[in-house]
Amino acid sequence: MSETSDTVVPRASVFAGLRLTWTAMIAGSILLFWLVLALFGPWIAPHGEAEIISGQTFAPLGEGGLLGTDKLGRDVLSRLIYGVRTTLLLALVTTVVSFAFGVTLGFAAAILKGWFDIVVSRIVEAFMAFPSTLLALVIIGAFGTSITVLVLTVGLVLSTSVFRVSRALGYDIGVMDFVEAARARGEGTWWILTREILPNCMAPLIAEFGLRFTFSILFLSGLSFLGLGIQEPAADWGLMVQENVGGLFLGSSAALIPAACIASLTVSMNLLVDWFQQRQQGETVLEKIDQ
Amino acid sequence: MNDIITIKNLKIEGRPPGGEYVSIVKDLSLNVRKGEVLALIGESGSGKSTISLAAMGFARPGCRIAGGEVWLNGRNIMALSPRERHALRGDEVSYVAQSAAASFNPALRIGKQVIEAPLWHGVGDAAALTATTVELYRKLDLPNPETVGQKFPHQVSGGQLQRLMAAMAMSCGPDLLILDEPTTALDVTTQIEVLKAFKDIIRDQGTAAIYVTHDLAVVAQVADRILVLKNGEMVEEGSTDQILHNPQHEYTRTLMAAVRPAPHLVDHVRASAAQATVVSVRNVTAGYGALTILSDVSVDVRAASVVGVIGESGCGKSTLARVVAGLTPLRAGKIMLDGQVAAPNLNDRPRAALKDCQIVFQMADTALNPRQRINDILGRPLEFYQGLKGSARADRVGDLLELVDLPRNFASRYPGELSGGQKQRINLARALAADPKVILCDEVTSALDTVVAAGVIELLKSLKDKLGVAYMFISHDLSTVASFADEVVVLYAGRVVEQGPSKAVFSPPFHPYTKLLLSSVPEMRQGWLEGVADTSEAKAASAGSVVIGAKGCPFSNRCALAIVGTCEKTAPPIRELPGRLQIACHLPAAQLPLT
Repeated sequence: MSETSDTVVPRASVFAGLRLTWTAMIAGSILLFWLVLALFGPWIAPHGEAEIISGQTFAPLGEGGLLGTDKLGRDVLSRLIYGVRTTLLLALVTTVVSFAFGVTLGFAAAILKGWFDIVVSRIVEAFMAFPSTLLALVIIGAFGTSITVLVLTVGLVLSTSVFRVSRALGYDIGVMDFVEAARARGEGTWWILTREILPNCMAPLIAEFGLRFTFSILFLSGLSFLGLGIQEPAADWGLMVQENVGGLFLGSSAALIPAACIASLTVSMNLLVDWFQQRQQGETVLEKIDQ
Repeated sequence: MNDIITIKNLKIEGRPPGGEYVSIVKDLSLNVRKGEVLALIGESGSGKSTISLAAMGFARPGCRIAGGEVWLNGRNIMALSPRERHALRGDEVSYVAQSAAASFNPALRIGKQVIEAPLWHGVGDAAALTATTVELYRKLDLPNPETVGQKFPHQVSGGQLQRLMAAMAMSCGPDLLILDEPTTALDVTTQIEVLKAFKDIIRDQGTAAIYVTHDLAVVAQVADRILVLKNGEMVEEGSTDQILHNPQHEYTRTLMAAVRPAPHLVDHVRASAAQATVVSVRNVTAGYGALTILSDVSVDVRAASVVGVIGESGCGKSTLARVVAGLTPLRAGKIMLDGQVAAPNLNDRPRAALKDCQIVFQMADTALNPRQRINDILGRPLEFYQGLKGSARADRVGDLLELVDLPRNFASRYPGELSGGQKQRINLARALAADPKVILCDEVTSALDTVVAAGVIELLKSLKDKLGVAYMFISHDLSTVASFADEVVVLYAGRVVEQGPSKAVFSPPFHPYTKLLLSSVPEMRQGWLEGVADTSEAKAASAGSVVIGAKGCPFSNRCALAIVGTCEKTAPPIRELPGRLQIACHLPAAQLPLT
């Protein structure tokens, strides 16, 4: 084996070090675009969130607003810009909630093993046995449609798969020799979890976070579409699809545009996660094709 | 020209993921004639496996053949299309990998996998091919040649699987056979039967072969010519006789010097005068789940001494270390650390007891957390056991690095930036950070190259003299143990079959198993293999396999001297022989093997 040299080769730029592929660049740009809109939306949007700007409902593109009007004559563009805030923020919060539940319980199960693992795993499997939308319908139906209930419900539903991933990772890393060495030294469970196991799980967990984030956007949009998510007059992309779906028969694109936005967000996130995962494992598919 | 393969000016390049190509093999030429065995030897990273794959016109993912010609049977295979090259593989050239266990599909029966290549090449139909493979199994000395093809890979032993892989490679009758370290992962006793089978079938079929290995003693048995490699370049080439007895190049001499002499020829460490016992294992029984691995094992380690633990894989050597460290709780018996009874489970041991007994693992790669800097890896035990912080901690980390002959500035590196030998030194430094009384070394040199391993052993010796630390040194490398250990324990199927001072264990009288182990260590003498494979001990040993939890003597099913009716029924008595030697055998002292 060769000795590693002491000199660090200076990188051409930060971007060269990231080894971005063109798919990752496009996906990153789209996500960045939505993020900027979410931050500065109220200053950019030409009209208010619930402001009725035209007497004409389902106005075509260019008439009324740039992207037409919806079923009440509100500006589709403005609602879209306000909607990205709700959609992104809610997805972020629910994903964080699902990770808080899933990662804590998953690693606890992997380290404590025995009864704790068996009980928690069976409960999680029971939750997984229900179709996720049905489960959410039942819970929201029972507790009402407040934002808190919504976030906790979706977080809980998503946390089941986060739990499975964390538990598997914990079991995998937990038998490595360096963890055994820490155990032999007499380290406590908390130290082993936070210093030895978690740092070695970050890459797959980050990838999982991206995927869960995508899933939670779709899930929340689905719930909004069913009328159980965000309530009017607040703007949300899923809700916008539901509100304006009747316009499809009138030749209006008011339902299609938010649907396309949801697609752009989820596809971009998936592409970015793919790139990240492949980069962590070695080479990306595109880098291999290049050769 | 009767060359089967000629490689001219081969250049191979490789690159890390997303990185630039760097040269791996530089301008290498070689040729192998019909019926000839060429050995490629060199340390890991010398490019020997890469070259052997290039002989099939293949480069691993991330590598590419950048230049040169590969002529197989008078055709330049680099000029062929990938599809045409594919048709050659299996038919004209075939490959035996290091780990047969990883190369067989565990879900398919062996016979089906062996005839896969000839079936693909259209040599015949399944029934006819199965009949010819039975012939092949017989030639490879496999037990039950008629039925072995019906088994699944997990149902046969490692040595048998390696021979079955050779059957797979030979199934099309190739002109060139490539063997990539085929016996490296096997125990010495198994290695003999596999080497013998390989050698016989190569001679029988008149196949040309490229044999890749780092073990010179193995090369002496099988090769006609040797090519020595270093960093992808040829250092020296010559007949086996010439390279072994009259090496020309400096590097070849270094390699030869790193080969250890046979266990009975080394200068034994003289057992030091009675010292306090730091670890005392008393009648310990332990295992995992329903399986009992160790039964009734007793071992003592004295201060500033080395106890070598030897035996084949699966005999409980690592389990013994884990039981002493408390990682695997014992079921019966007791462990005394420094005169105090230690709790079976390490969670119940006081911090002082944990500090006194440190463990170093075999795989240096997985024993260091890849996300921690060396500074943290070594600093944590200092903080944990001695409460060192800040600059005192940093100073001590530097001292520890110097102690294991590494520069102080390594503290800021990650394990991924170190070589295998350097990682093992860090592992050792981590154990030393606790300032222990005893270090349990579990096969610490097995994954290292001979030259690097010799350096680590030297370091262990100097640390023992400097710090007065004791070692329980677990290894399957008898020569290393013989030269390094004061006392030796021979484990077989989880039981101690022989123990005593190193000199007494490695000289007669022997336990029959110790004798088998000793005679199985390859010697750098041509013709050694033929001599040893025909002895009654080797034949008896290859007839059986290790049985854990036998009622009588566990070795009775593989022992040439077994007393039928006694050995397999009752546990053997422990015979106390002169010179503090203990042998667990039914044979009276006078009848124990002497040579």
